Amino acid sequence: MPKKSDYMISRRGFVGGVVGLVGTVISAVVGLPVIGYVVSPALKKGAEEEWITLGPVSALEPGIPAPFTFSQMKEVGWRRARISQTVYAVTDGSGNVTVFSDACTHLSCKVHWEEGRGAFICPCHDGLFDTEGKVVSGPPPKPLYSFQTQIENDQLMILVEG
Amino acid sequence: MATRTAKVIDWLDDRAGLLSVWNSVFDRKVPKVNWWYTLGSATLFVAMMQAATGVFLSIYYIPTPEEAYSSIDYIMNDVAFGWLVRGIHHWGATLMVILVFLHMLRVFYYGAYKYPREVTWLTGVVLFLVTMGLGFTGYLLPWNQRSYWATAVGSSILGTVPIVGDFLLRVMRGGDDLTILTLSRFYGVHIWFLPASLFGLMGVHLYLVIRNGISYVPRRDE
Ligand code: HEM
Ligand code: FES
Repeated sequence: MPKKSDYMISRRGFVGGVVGLVGTVISAVVGLPVIGYVVSPALKKGAEEEWITLGPVSALEPGIPAPFTFSQMKEVGWRRARISQTVYAVTDGSGNVTVFSDACTHLSCKVHWEEGRGAFICPCHDGLFDTEGKVVSGPPPKPLYSFQTQIENDQLMILVEG
Repeated sequence: MATRTAKVIDWLDDRAGLLSVWNSVFDRKVPKVNWWYTLGSATLFVAMMQAATGVFLSIYYIPTPEEAYSSIDYIMNDVAFGWLVRGIHHWGATLMVILVFLHMLRVFYYGAYKYPREVTWLTGVVLFLVTMGLGFTGYLLPWNQRSYWATAVGSSILGTVPIVGDFLLRVMRGGDDLTILTLSRFYGVHIWFLPASLFGLMGVHLYLVIRNGISYVPRRDE
Protein backbone atom coordinates (compact mmCIF):
# COMPACT_ATOMS: atom_id res chain seq x y z
CA MET A 1 0.00 0.00 0.00
CA PRO A 2 1.47 3.42 -0.99
CA LYS A 3 2.33 5.72 1.85
CA LYS A 4 0.36 8.89 2.20
CA SER A 5 3.41 11.02 1.41
CA ASP A 6 3.85 9.33 -1.99
CA TYR A 7 0.84 10.89 -3.62
CA MET A 8 0.01 13.84 -1.44
CA ILE A 9 1.74 17.12 -2.00
CA SER A 10 2.98 18.77 1.14
CA ARG A 11 1.44 21.91 2.55
CA ARG A 12 4.67 23.75 1.65
CA GLY A 13 4.61 22.42 -1.90
CA PHE A 14 0.97 23.42 -2.31
CA VAL A 15 1.48 26.99 -1.09
CA GLY A 16 4.59 27.32 -3.27
CA GLY A 17 2.67 26.11 -6.30
CA VAL A 18 -0.23 28.47 -5.69
CA VAL A 19 2.07 31.48 -5.25
CA GLY A 20 3.88 30.53 -8.46
CA LEU A 21 0.62 30.10 -10.35
CA VAL A 22 -0.92 33.36 -9.14
CA GLY A 23 2.34 35.17 -9.91
CA THR A 24 2.40 33.77 -13.45
CA VAL A 25 -1.22 34.72 -14.06
CA ILE A 26 -0.70 38.29 -12.80
CA SER A 27 2.47 38.71 -14.88
CA ALA A 28 0.72 37.42 -17.99
CA VAL A 29 -2.37 39.60 -17.48
CA VAL A 30 -0.21 42.72 -17.16
CA GLY A 31 2.77 41.73 -19.30
CA LEU A 32 1.15 40.49 -22.49
CA PRO A 33 -1.12 43.52 -23.08
CA VAL A 34 1.87 45.79 -22.41
CA ILE A 35 3.63 44.31 -25.44
CA GLY A 36 0.72 45.44 -27.59
CA TYR A 37 0.70 48.79 -25.79
CA VAL A 38 4.31 49.50 -26.75
CA VAL A 39 4.17 48.12 -30.28
CA SER A 40 0.79 49.46 -31.44
CA PRO A 41 1.93 52.74 -33.14
CA ALA A 42 4.33 50.65 -35.21
CA LEU A 43 1.52 48.47 -36.55
CA LYS A 44 -0.70 51.35 -37.66
CA LYS A 45 -1.22 51.38 -41.41
CA GLY A 46 -0.58 54.67 -43.20
CA ALA A 47 -3.35 56.35 -45.22
CA GLU A 48 -3.94 55.64 -48.94
CA GLU A 49 -1.29 56.70 -51.45
CA GLU A 50 -2.06 60.01 -53.12
CA TRP A 51 -1.03 61.95 -56.21
CA ILE A 52 0.80 65.21 -55.45
CA THR A 53 1.23 67.91 -58.08
CA LEU A 54 4.73 69.38 -58.11
CA GLY A 55 4.74 71.93 -60.96
CA PRO A 56 5.27 72.47 -64.68
CA VAL A 57 7.60 70.06 -66.47
CA SER A 58 8.53 72.76 -69.00
CA ALA A 59 10.32 74.70 -66.29
CA LEU A 60 12.84 71.89 -65.77
CA GLU A 61 16.30 72.31 -67.25
CA PRO A 62 17.61 69.05 -68.76
CA GLY A 63 20.21 67.33 -66.59
CA ILE A 64 19.76 69.67 -63.63
CA PRO A 65 17.68 68.28 -60.76
CA ALA A 66 15.24 70.81 -59.34
CA PRO A 67 13.92 70.63 -55.76
CA PHE A 68 10.20 70.63 -55.00
CA THR A 69 8.87 70.85 -51.47
CA PHE A 70 5.34 69.85 -50.54
CA SER A 71 3.58 68.99 -47.34
CA GLN A 72 0.93 66.50 -46.30
CA MET A 73 -1.26 66.32 -43.24
CA LYS A 74 -0.43 63.10 -41.44
CA GLU A 75 -1.93 61.45 -38.43
CA VAL A 76 0.68 61.27 -35.68
CA GLY A 77 -0.67 59.61 -32.57
CA TRP A 78 -3.49 61.81 -31.26
CA ARG A 79 -2.78 64.78 -33.50
CA ARG A 80 -2.58 65.66 -37.16
CA ALA A 81 0.72 67.19 -38.16
CA ARG A 82 1.88 68.90 -41.34
CA ILE A 83 4.89 66.95 -42.57
CA SER A 84 6.87 68.39 -45.46
CA GLN A 85 9.13 66.60 -47.82
CA THR A 86 11.52 67.61 -50.59
CA VAL A 87 11.95 65.69 -53.84
CA TYR A 88 14.15 66.29 -56.88
CA ALA A 89 12.82 66.20 -60.44
CA VAL A 90 15.19 65.79 -63.36
CA THR A 91 14.54 65.49 -67.08
CA ASP A 92 16.90 64.10 -69.71
CA GLY A 93 15.61 66.51 -72.39
CA SER A 94 13.74 63.88 -74.42
CA GLY A 95 10.62 63.86 -72.27
CA ASN A 96 11.69 61.39 -69.57
CA VAL A 97 11.22 62.80 -66.09
CA THR A 98 12.45 61.11 -62.94
CA VAL A 99 11.60 62.26 -59.45
CA PHE A 100 13.89 61.20 -56.61
CA SER A 101 13.24 61.09 -52.91
CA ASP A 102 15.85 63.06 -50.95
CA ALA A 103 16.14 60.29 -48.36
CA CYS A 104 19.62 58.79 -48.47
CA THR A 105 19.44 55.02 -48.92
CA HIS A 106 22.23 54.54 -46.41
CA LEU A 107 20.77 55.67 -43.07
CA SER A 108 18.05 58.12 -44.13
CA CYS A 109 19.73 61.54 -43.90
CA LYS A 110 18.60 64.09 -46.51
CA VAL A 111 20.61 64.43 -49.72
CA HIS A 112 20.79 67.73 -51.60
CA TRP A 113 21.80 68.55 -55.16
CA GLU A 114 25.14 70.28 -55.36
CA GLU A 115 25.56 72.07 -58.67
CA GLY A 116 29.35 72.47 -58.36
CA ARG A 117 29.98 68.74 -58.01
CA GLY A 118 27.13 67.65 -60.24
CA ALA A 119 25.90 65.17 -57.67
CA PHE A 120 23.43 64.55 -54.89
CA ILE A 121 25.40 64.73 -51.69
CA CYS A 122 24.55 63.25 -48.33
CA PRO A 123 26.13 65.24 -45.48
CA CYS A 124 26.08 62.37 -43.00
CA HIS A 125 28.67 59.96 -44.42
CA ASP A 126 29.51 61.52 -47.78
CA GLY A 127 27.25 59.39 -49.95
CA LEU A 128 27.26 60.61 -53.58
CA PHE A 129 24.56 59.92 -56.19
CA ASP A 130 24.48 60.96 -59.87
CA THR A 131 21.60 62.52 -61.83
CA GLU A 132 20.16 59.05 -62.43
CA GLY A 133 20.12 58.44 -58.69
CA LYS A 134 22.88 55.83 -58.94
CA VAL A 135 25.48 55.57 -56.19
CA VAL A 136 28.78 57.16 -57.23
CA SER A 137 30.66 56.72 -53.97
CA GLY A 138 30.21 56.36 -50.25
CA PRO A 139 28.31 53.84 -48.13
CA PRO A 140 24.76 53.96 -49.64
CA PRO A 141 23.81 50.42 -50.77
CA LYS A 142 21.04 51.32 -53.22
CA PRO A 143 20.20 54.07 -55.74
CA LEU A 144 17.88 56.87 -54.64
CA TYR A 145 14.23 55.92 -54.50
CA SER A 146 12.29 57.26 -57.52
CA PHE A 147 8.57 57.94 -57.41
CA GLN A 148 5.94 56.82 -59.87
CA THR A 149 5.24 59.89 -62.03
CA GLN A 150 2.48 61.20 -64.26
CA ILE A 151 2.25 64.32 -66.41
CA GLU A 152 -1.05 66.08 -67.09
CA ASN A 153 -1.19 69.40 -68.99
CA ASP A 154 2.51 69.95 -68.32
CA GLN A 155 1.94 69.44 -64.58
CA LEU A 156 4.29 66.90 -63.00
CA MET A 157 2.68 64.60 -60.41
CA ILE A 158 4.05 61.88 -58.18
CA LEU A 159 2.49 59.09 -56.17
CA VAL A 160 3.40 59.28 -52.48
CA GLU A 161 2.41 57.47 -49.30
CA GLY A 162 -0.44 59.11 -47.42
CA MET B 1 32.75 56.88 27.63
CA ALA B 2 29.95 56.70 25.15
CA THR B 3 29.37 60.02 23.42
CA ARG B 4 25.91 61.13 22.49
CA THR B 5 26.44 60.25 18.82
CA ALA B 6 27.69 56.79 19.69
CA LYS B 7 24.60 56.28 21.82
CA VAL B 8 22.32 57.27 18.97
CA ILE B 9 24.16 54.93 16.62
CA ASP B 10 23.94 52.11 19.16
CA TRP B 11 20.25 52.70 19.65
CA LEU B 12 19.65 52.66 15.92
CA ASP B 13 21.87 49.64 15.26
CA ASP B 14 20.07 47.69 17.99
CA ARG B 15 16.85 48.15 16.01
CA ALA B 16 18.01 48.24 12.38
CA GLY B 17 21.25 46.22 12.36
CA LEU B 18 22.80 48.60 9.86
CA LEU B 19 26.29 48.51 11.32
CA SER B 20 27.03 45.05 9.92
CA VAL B 21 25.94 46.24 6.47
CA TRP B 22 28.09 49.37 6.84
CA ASN B 23 31.07 47.29 7.91
CA SER B 24 30.83 44.77 5.11
CA VAL B 25 30.59 47.57 2.56
CA PHE B 26 33.19 50.02 3.87
CA ASP B 27 35.33 47.96 6.22
CA ARG B 28 36.02 44.91 4.08
CA LYS B 29 39.48 43.59 3.34
CA VAL B 30 40.96 44.56 -0.01
CA PRO B 31 44.33 43.62 -1.53
CA LYS B 32 46.87 46.35 -2.23
CA VAL B 33 45.62 47.77 -5.49
CA ASN B 34 46.17 50.80 -7.69
CA TRP B 35 44.28 53.79 -9.09
CA TRP B 36 42.73 51.80 -11.92
CA TYR B 37 40.55 50.18 -9.27
CA THR B 38 38.78 53.47 -8.62
CA LEU B 39 37.12 53.56 -12.04
CA GLY B 40 34.11 51.51 -10.92
CA SER B 41 33.43 53.84 -8.01
CA ALA B 42 34.00 56.86 -10.24
CA THR B 43 31.33 55.50 -12.58
CA LEU B 44 29.02 55.00 -9.63
CA PHE B 45 29.40 58.62 -8.52
CA VAL B 46 28.84 59.99 -12.00
CA ALA B 47 25.76 57.78 -12.28
CA MET B 48 24.39 59.29 -9.08
CA MET B 49 25.14 62.79 -10.37
CA GLN B 50 23.29 62.00 -13.58
CA ALA B 51 20.30 60.75 -11.63
CA ALA B 52 20.20 63.85 -9.43
CA THR B 53 20.66 66.42 -12.21
CA GLY B 54 18.29 64.49 -14.48
CA VAL B 55 15.52 64.61 -11.90
CA PHE B 56 15.97 68.38 -11.62
CA LEU B 57 15.99 68.84 -15.40
CA SER B 58 12.66 67.04 -15.58
CA ILE B 59 10.85 69.80 -13.68
CA TYR B 60 11.30 72.23 -16.63
CA TYR B 61 11.90 70.04 -19.65
CA ILE B 62 8.83 69.20 -21.80
CA PRO B 63 9.16 66.30 -24.29
CA THR B 64 7.24 67.64 -27.30
CA PRO B 65 8.59 68.89 -30.65
CA GLU B 66 7.17 72.36 -29.91
CA GLU B 67 8.44 72.71 -26.35
CA ALA B 68 11.58 70.56 -26.04
CA TYR B 69 14.07 73.00 -27.50
CA SER B 70 12.53 76.10 -25.92
CA SER B 71 12.24 74.49 -22.50
CA ILE B 72 15.95 73.65 -22.59
CA ASP B 73 16.68 77.16 -23.82
CA TYR B 74 14.78 78.42 -20.79
CA ILE B 75 16.78 76.17 -18.44
CA MET B 76 20.04 77.44 -19.96
CA ASN B 77 19.26 81.15 -20.04
CA ASP B 78 16.58 82.02 -17.50
CA VAL B 79 16.59 79.49 -14.67
CA ALA B 80 19.12 80.26 -11.92
CA PHE B 81 21.99 77.76 -12.23
CA GLY B 82 20.10 76.02 -15.03
CA TRP B 83 23.29 76.10 -17.09
CA LEU B 84 25.06 74.30 -14.26
CA VAL B 85 22.47 71.57 -13.77
CA ARG B 86 22.22 70.97 -17.50
CA GLY B 87 25.98 71.29 -17.98
CA ILE B 88 26.68 68.60 -15.39
CA HIS B 89 24.11 66.28 -16.94
CA HIS B 90 25.41 66.97 -20.46
CA TRP B 91 29.13 66.47 -19.75
CA GLY B 92 28.47 63.80 -17.14
CA ALA B 93 26.86 61.69 -19.86
CA THR B 94 30.05 61.67 -21.90
CA LEU B 95 32.19 61.18 -18.83
CA MET B 96 30.13 58.21 -17.73
CA VAL B 97 30.55 56.43 -21.06
CA ILE B 98 34.31 57.00 -20.90
CA LEU B 99 34.55 55.81 -17.29
CA VAL B 100 32.45 52.67 -17.83
CA PHE B 101 34.61 51.81 -20.80
CA LEU B 102 37.91 52.36 -18.96
CA HIS B 103 36.58 50.36 -16.00
CA MET B 104 35.71 47.53 -18.36
CA LEU B 105 39.19 47.66 -19.93
CA ARG B 106 40.79 47.55 -16.48
CA VAL B 107 38.78 44.45 -15.58
CA PHE B 108 39.63 42.88 -18.92
CA TYR B 109 43.38 43.50 -18.87
CA TYR B 110 43.71 42.32 -15.27
CA GLY B 111 41.71 39.20 -16.06
CA ALA B 112 39.41 40.15 -13.16
CA TYR B 113 36.43 38.64 -15.03
CA LYS B 114 37.64 35.08 -14.30
CA TYR B 115 36.23 32.65 -11.71
CA PRO B 116 34.48 33.51 -9.40
CA ARG B 117 33.66 36.88 -10.98
CA GLU B 118 31.99 35.82 -14.25
CA VAL B 119 28.56 36.95 -13.10
CA THR B 120 29.98 40.32 -12.05
CA TRP B 121 31.32 40.64 -15.59
CA LEU B 122 27.97 39.66 -17.12
CA THR B 123 26.05 42.24 -15.08
CA GLY B 124 28.78 44.67 -16.14
CA VAL B 125 28.13 43.98 -19.80
CA VAL B 126 24.45 44.82 -19.31
CA LEU B 127 25.42 47.97 -17.34
CA PHE B 128 27.59 48.99 -20.29
CA LEU B 129 24.70 48.50 -22.74
CA VAL B 130 22.30 50.38 -20.45
CA THR B 131 24.78 53.27 -20.26
CA MET B 132 24.99 53.38 -24.06
CA GLY B 133 21.19 53.28 -24.23
CA LEU B 134 20.97 56.25 -21.85
CA GLY B 135 23.36 58.17 -24.06
CA PHE B 136 21.41 57.32 -27.20
CA THR B 137 17.95 58.18 -25.84
CA GLY B 138 19.16 61.31 -24.03
CA TYR B 139 20.74 62.68 -27.18
CA LEU B 140 17.37 63.12 -28.89
CA LEU B 141 15.75 65.10 -26.09
CA PRO B 142 16.99 68.64 -27.02
CA TRP B 143 15.26 68.09 -30.39
CA ASN B 144 17.72 70.22 -32.34
CA GLN B 145 19.11 69.44 -35.80
CA ARG B 146 21.99 67.44 -34.43
CA SER B 147 19.90 65.30 -32.11
CA TYR B 148 17.19 64.80 -34.72
CA TRP B 149 19.57 63.54 -37.40
CA ALA B 150 21.67 61.51 -35.00
CA THR B 151 18.52 59.66 -34.00
CA ALA B 152 17.36 59.36 -37.63
CA VAL B 153 20.67 57.68 -38.48
CA GLY B 154 20.90 55.67 -35.26
CA SER B 155 17.42 54.24 -35.58
CA SER B 156 17.99 53.47 -39.27
CA ILE B 157 20.88 51.25 -38.22
CA LEU B 158 18.33 49.14 -36.33
CA GLY B 159 16.37 49.02 -39.60
CA THR B 160 19.20 47.13 -41.30
CA VAL B 161 18.62 44.02 -39.16
CA PRO B 162 17.55 41.21 -41.56
CA ILE B 163 13.80 40.47 -41.85
CA VAL B 164 12.55 42.12 -38.62
CA GLY B 165 14.62 45.31 -39.00
CA ASP B 166 11.82 47.41 -40.45
CA PHE B 167 9.45 46.35 -37.70
CA LEU B 168 12.01 47.09 -34.95
CA LEU B 169 12.66 50.49 -36.51
CA ARG B 170 8.96 51.31 -36.41
CA VAL B 171 8.68 50.14 -32.82
CA MET B 172 11.63 52.30 -31.81
CA ARG B 173 10.26 55.37 -33.61
CA GLY B 174 6.61 54.68 -32.81
CA GLY B 175 5.83 54.85 -36.54
CA ASP B 176 7.62 55.59 -39.81
CA ASP B 177 9.02 59.00 -38.96
CA LEU B 178 10.59 60.82 -36.04
CA THR B 179 7.60 62.47 -34.41
CA ILE B 180 6.20 63.40 -31.04
CA LEU B 181 5.68 59.67 -30.47
CA THR B 182 9.41 59.06 -30.90
CA LEU B 183 10.29 61.88 -28.53
CA SER B 184 7.89 60.79 -25.82
CA ARG B 185 8.96 57.15 -25.89
CA PHE B 186 12.64 58.10 -25.87
CA TYR B 187 11.90 60.32 -22.87
CA GLY B 188 10.10 57.53 -21.02
CA VAL B 189 12.93 55.10 -21.73
CA HIS B 190 15.55 57.69 -20.77
CA ILE B 191 14.07 58.70 -17.43
CA TRP B 192 12.41 55.45 -16.27
CA PHE B 193 13.22 52.18 -18.01
CA LEU B 194 16.98 52.59 -18.26
CA PRO B 195 17.75 54.37 -14.96
CA ALA B 196 15.62 51.81 -13.09
CA SER B 197 17.55 48.97 -14.77
CA LEU B 198 20.83 50.78 -14.17
CA PHE B 199 20.38 51.23 -10.45
CA GLY B 200 18.91 47.76 -9.97
CA LEU B 201 21.84 46.21 -11.80
CA MET B 202 24.39 48.36 -10.01
CA GLY B 203 23.02 46.94 -6.78
CA VAL B 204 23.56 43.37 -8.00
CA HIS B 205 26.98 44.30 -9.44
CA LEU B 206 28.16 45.80 -6.15
CA TYR B 207 26.71 42.97 -4.11
CA LEU B 208 28.80 40.57 -6.21
CA VAL B 209 31.93 42.75 -5.94
CA ILE B 210 31.62 42.75 -2.15
CA ARG B 211 30.63 39.09 -1.90
CA ASN B 212 33.61 37.91 -4.01
CA GLY B 213 36.10 40.52 -2.86
CA ILE B 214 38.31 42.58 -5.15
CA SER B 215 40.84 40.69 -7.23
CA TYR B 216 44.53 41.47 -6.68
CA VAL B 217 46.78 43.03 -9.33
CA PRO B 218 48.08 40.11 -11.43
CA ARG B 219 51.81 39.53 -11.22
CA ARG B 220 54.13 39.48 -14.21
CA ASP B 221 54.63 35.68 -14.20
CA GLU B 222 50.89 34.88 -14.03
C1 HEM C 1 27.30 51.75 -14.71
C2 HEM C 1 28.33 51.06 -14.75
C3 HEM C 1 29.22 50.43 -13.67
C4 HEM C 1 29.38 50.76 -12.35
C5 HEM C 1 28.68 51.87 -11.58
C6 HEM C 1 30.34 49.81 -11.81
C7 HEM C 1 30.81 49.80 -10.50
C8 HEM C 1 31.80 48.97 -10.02
C9 HEM C 1 32.53 49.15 -8.78
C10 HEM C 1 32.31 50.30 -7.79
C11 HEM C 1 33.44 48.11 -8.68
C12 HEM C 1 34.49 47.87 -7.58
C13 HEM C 1 35.77 48.67 -7.76
C14 HEM C 1 36.49 48.47 -9.08
O1 HEM C 1 36.96 47.38 -9.36
O2 HEM C 1 36.61 49.47 -9.84
C15 HEM C 1 33.25 47.27 -9.83
C16 HEM C 1 33.95 46.07 -10.08
C17 HEM C 1 33.79 45.24 -11.21
N1 HEM C 1 33.12 45.57 -12.39
FE1 HEM C 1 31.93 47.23 -12.58
N2 HEM C 1 30.73 48.93 -12.81
C18 HEM C 1 30.07 49.28 -13.97
C19 HEM C 1 30.23 48.66 -15.22
C20 HEM C 1 30.95 47.49 -15.48
C21 HEM C 1 31.19 46.92 -16.80
C22 HEM C 1 30.71 47.56 -18.11
C23 HEM C 1 31.91 45.75 -16.60
C24 HEM C 1 32.38 44.74 -17.63
C25 HEM C 1 31.73 44.32 -18.65
C26 HEM C 1 32.14 45.59 -15.19
C27 HEM C 1 32.76 44.51 -14.59
C28 HEM C 1 33.22 44.53 -13.27
C29 HEM C 1 33.94 43.43 -12.64
C30 HEM C 1 34.25 42.02 -13.24
C31 HEM C 1 34.30 43.88 -11.34
C32 HEM C 1 35.11 43.12 -10.27
C33 HEM C 1 36.53 43.54 -10.40
C34 HEM C 1 37.43 42.92 -9.36
O3 HEM C 1 36.95 42.22 -8.45
O4 HEM C 1 38.66 43.13 -9.49
N3 HEM C 1 31.56 46.67 -14.54
N4 HEM C 1 32.26 47.81 -10.64
S1 FES D 1 23.05 58.50 -44.36
FE1 FES D 1 23.66 59.19 -46.31
S2 FES D 1 25.68 58.49 -46.43
FE2 FES D 1 25.05 57.73 -44.49
